[in-house]
Amino acid sequence: MTTADEARSRTWPSLVGGRPRVNRWSVLALPAVVFLVAVFLIPLLAMTLRSVNDPPGAGLSNYQQFFTQGAYVRVLTNTFWIALLATVSCLVIGYPFAYLMTIVSGRVAGLLLIAVLLPFWSSLLVRTFAWQVLLRDTGVINRILLDLGVISEPLTLIRTTLGVILGMSHILLPFMVLPIYAVMRRIDPEFSRAAANLGASPATAFLRIFVPLSLPGVLAGCLLVFVLALGFYITPALLGGLKDQMISQLIVQQIQQRLDWGFGTAMGVLLVAITLAFLFAASRAVRLQDVFGSGIGED
Amino acid sequence: MTAEAMTPTRPAAGERPALVLRALTKHFGSAVAVDGIDLDVRPGEFLTLLGPSGSGKTTTLRMVAGFMAPTSGSIEIDGSDMTRVPPHRRDVGMVFQNYALFPHMTAAENVAFPLRMRRRPGAEIKKRVGEALDLVKLGSFGDRYPRQLSGGQQQRIALARAVVFEPRLLLMDEPLGALDRKLRESLQLEIIRVSRELGATVLYVTHDQEEALVMSDRIAIFSMGRIEQLGSGADLYDRPASLFVADFIGESNILRGRYEVDGGAGGWMTRDETRWRVGAASAGRSDVASGAAAALVVRPERMRVLADGATPDGLNTADATVDEVLYLGPDIKYQLALPWGQRISIREPRELDARELERGERVRIGWKVEDGLLVADPASA
Amino acid sequence: MTESWRQPRRILMAALGGLTVFYLLAPTLVIVPMSFTEAEILSFPPQGFSLQWYEHMLTDTQWSTSIVNSLIVAVLTAAVATVLGTLAALGLSRGRFPGRSLVNGLVLSPLIVPVVVIAIGMFGLFVQWKISGSVLGLVLAHTALALPFVVVNVGTSLQTMDRNLELAAANLGANPRRSFMHITLPIILPGVVAGAIFAFITSWDEVVTAIFLTTARFRTLPVEMWEQVRQVVDPTVAAVSTTLLVVTTGLLLLLVFVRRQAPA
Repeated sequence: MTTADEARSRTWPSLVGGRPRVNRWSVLALPAVVFLVAVFLIPLLAMTLRSVNDPPGAGLSNYQQFFTQGAYVRVLTNTFWIALLATVSCLVIGYPFAYLMTIVSGRVAGLLLIAVLLPFWSSLLVRTFAWQVLLRDTGVINRILLDLGVISEPLTLIRTTLGVILGMSHILLPFMVLPIYAVMRRIDPEFSRAAANLGASPATAFLRIFVPLSLPGVLAGCLLVFVLALGFYITPALLGGLKDQMISQLIVQQIQQRLDWGFGTAMGVLLVAITLAFLFAASRAVRLQDVFGSGIGED
Repeated sequence: MTAEAMTPTRPAAGERPALVLRALTKHFGSAVAVDGIDLDVRPGEFLTLLGPSGSGKTTTLRMVAGFMAPTSGSIEIDGSDMTRVPPHRRDVGMVFQNYALFPHMTAAENVAFPLRMRRRPGAEIKKRVGEALDLVKLGSFGDRYPRQLSGGQQQRIALARAVVFEPRLLLMDEPLGALDRKLRESLQLEIIRVSRELGATVLYVTHDQEEALVMSDRIAIFSMGRIEQLGSGADLYDRPASLFVADFIGESNILRGRYEVDGGAGGWMTRDETRWRVGAASAGRSDVASGAAAALVVRPERMRVLADGATPDGLNTADATVDEVLYLGPDIKYQLALPWGQRISIREPRELDARELERGERVRIGWKVEDGLLVADPASA
Repeated sequence: MTESWRQPRRILMAALGGLTVFYLLAPTLVIVPMSFTEAEILSFPPQGFSLQWYEHMLTDTQWSTSIVNSLIVAVLTAAVATVLGTLAALGLSRGRFPGRSLVNGLVLSPLIVPVVVIAIGMFGLFVQWKISGSVLGLVLAHTALALPFVVVNVGTSLQTMDRNLELAAANLGANPRRSFMHITLPIILPGVVAGAIFAFITSWDEVVTAIFLTTARFRTLPVEMWEQVRQVVDPTVAAVSTTLLVVTTGLLLLLVFVRRQAPA
């Protein structure tokens, strides 16, 4: 008798009583499924196969090669490290910003949202290039600081971990702000008023009531940023030094320059596996629906 | 239910019913929403499906509209079996609770839509749309979009759209639920007027018993997927067939006890040391067995406060203490407590000279024997 | 939120907010004036005012062909992704079939897999299929990446649409096809257009799969920029960046405009 029940049984293409298992609308999803399987899944599967078959009969040797060489493992740990740093920096910048969005008026919140979304949709390459221009020895920041007399020699900002983090945080910030904001919006302001009425100072109410309630959004945002950061290529390539190399750069190097498909694809599989592992682990802690938007047709 | 408790459901000989439901059933998994409904609706009749939420009335309506397939049973509209016919071929008019006006079309385009679907020529469409809009007194509003109309205006456009193609049957799913009281009352009359002008048969769903009483020729009271009683408003009010109906329609005082038949005519209700007479007519209409738990239903306006010392014949009486006195304008309502703590209410017109009771006063109340309606009491064992 | 405010806290929050907005917007905005410099190198502050770098971008064959290529690929991607994605959203929203949540996941998965991996996977197979380095190959790749955006946009439109409208259309005599054409489609059109715009932007800005699936003869604008950016940085790159930004921002404004026009 609920509308959900009604919707489920309301299928006029097949008016035989009871609930049909498949209705006519389902076939519309087919073209996209076929397309994605052919253009997206099969390439990934082929890549996985290649990782154990190139050179022929390689088995797990490509993977072994990766884990037994210190240089490669360092790249992996560095990838985690940079992703972690990016996550923390996005959290530090993004949490107060999301909070600010909840306390200003509707119009200002809308403007702040635009400020977050506009760069989100701008080209990643353009933004990374912009940071390159800012951070170079002859770049904007150094020019301003030199002209103001704050420093006498240019600071090395580019080809450093700091540069990479600045660039990556800039790009990943919306992914932190949006989930946190979404959760914060739903926190009933009555809770804070109740806390005040019961004797809590504004600071206590914030720390003990508001922050814990906002944690699902924080977790979702951190997860999203971390997972995305793992796969970054353009930004570390342009802004980072040799020490800051991330695994995606290694992959591209193997494929484009060394033409070592077996090794390159193995690292690709590794990266995907790590990504999926994190997502899976976190799906236990956070409802992924809040992260990636609600599933379509889940009524 | 004995035959006398209901007005006949079969139409007069030679008059084909506009809508026939036979053993109509709907299951949702293991839940039974509609449990074998039988209903005949006469042509031109205004029949309301009345009941609380979840009683199956909306589900029944949606099956008649074709939005839902019945689990079993049949639906016949004007003699043709429509059970398996998809909704776009049923030719019934429907007014939704939230109007369902197409937001991207003007009011006139909304009303024209069913005619366009039937591929009527443009000139005819224009004419009939104009007539339909005039019918609901919104002739000059055709160019407005739904968002530019008030709730009441939207509902009237929805009504115009539902009747413009002259359907044989008009379905209404709580169409006035979202409107405020005054608007609701004026639209109730509007709907009656329109349906009478068209001679349409109307199947109306509501949970508001006052609305049902005002508008309907007959009312079918729904409870848990079944029709508890079918009859005119007067039938249901004066001769409820069950405790549910008595409680749902109008106010009632419910006196529970045990029923004993007394020879040929009527019987007695006993509760502790009190005994009340049950009239022959009421006993005859109900099917309460002798010795069974039962209830006597007495409407508040049928109970009277008796003058001191008076015990006229033909009255059942009880002692009571006045609890609350409520002024209702032309009437006065007393809430009293019976000796065993139960609260009852009495409603009387206010007489200019009569003394009004005070709280705490002990009085004797009484009602005519034939005003006590006997019904079964399913609650007690 | 407690209504008791203390001024210093408010000022601090506003300052932090302003700083963050500055951090978000300043880098990209800095590029714009630098593209108009008269000098031969990228410098800040820009010297003079000249459109020479835009001229260079449009007249230099490498840059101009890459712009045209980007446009072609983006338009085709938008078209294919919109059709496939709208159908998929309808199928997921209105359809009932086993494995629906799996299909849902599949459609959204290009967002999750790191794009570098997608790129090498496609590159490996497209080379075998002989479509690498062609418009077809790149359009296929970009469509896969853009599909989730279309499905999410159209899906949201479908979900927020009043279901009763389709029931009303059926009741009034519209068969399923006519109900879709006259009622459903006009109402979800803003969602479809939004999806198309996001698909275009996704392809227009996409760089990683393009790096692999383009050649020296067939390049898109982002790839051309990528090649240039790692070597000699002349202000043309700034002009290109500004162009990319202007197109994207323009489309987003168009999107806001379209959303305002939504009837429902």
